[in-house]
Amino acid sequence: MKLGKIKELLEAEVLCNEELLDYEAVSAFACDLMSDVLSLAKKETILLTGLTNVQAVRTAEMLDLRCIIFVRNKRPDESVVELAREKGICVLFTKYTLFTACGILYSNGLKGADML
Amino acid sequence: MQELLSVKYDVESGDFIRGGEASSSIKKLLQQLGIKADIIKRICVACYEAEMNIVIHSYGGYIEAKIFNNKVEIIAKDRGPGIENIDLAMKEGYSTAPEYAREMGFGGGMGLPNMKKSCDEFYIDSKMGEYTEVRMVVYF
Repeated sequence: MKLGKIKELLEAEVLCNEELLDYEAVSAFACDLMSDVLSLAKKETILLTGLTNVQAVRTAEMLDLRCIIFVRNKRPDESVVELAREKGICVLFTKYTLFTACGILYSNGLKGADML
Repeated sequence: MQELLSVKYDVESGDFIRGGEASSSIKKLLQQLGIKADIIKRICVACYEAEMNIVIHSYGGYIEAKIFNNKVEIIAKDRGPGIENIDLAMKEGYSTAPEYAREMGFGGGMGLPNMKKSCDEFYIDSKMGEYTEVRMVVYF
């Protein structure tokens, strides 16, 4: 599923790296615990999280993830967005809660990520 | 085995803002050396977990990356309380991290297991009241 479609479905705002909206995500993972995220297998995964600090971006960076979606109206600090911009990670921001955002994406065909 | 290059970064205790910078620098270096992306990812996951463990659990320490022609070795050593029971600490889900670490997205008890899973060789040594040292090797 293209990030552009995800943006539409979640009525999300793009906070940086809009040029990645053509990127095709093959799966998604949703979590606020970064060590759980770090056990992800595929890099074509996107991360949905309510953790809006710089470590969410660092985690995505280590895994070569191309997109983070911050949920439940929690807007990250500019420093967080700045780091994501520098690392080539597209940041989306949605009003939906984690559960609802996942439900919307899942029911539209995006599957969960495999673990290692 | 010829050591080609080594870098070392200090890691501060409790610094959740800069925590991860050492791993990020090591990642950049490995990319510049042309190492394959999936190998880099494994090294970086292990390295980043080790770095955040120093931030969360210790009084400070360092991360060192030694690059050889056939492997990368990451050494993470801290000054700190040490680990009382290493077998227990290696168990998925077991954590002694304080509540504030959880608020920062860590302390889920997956750090050490993730490190072990990510690398080819994993060694851990700790002395109560003195240090914890983790050494991890990933072959190219």
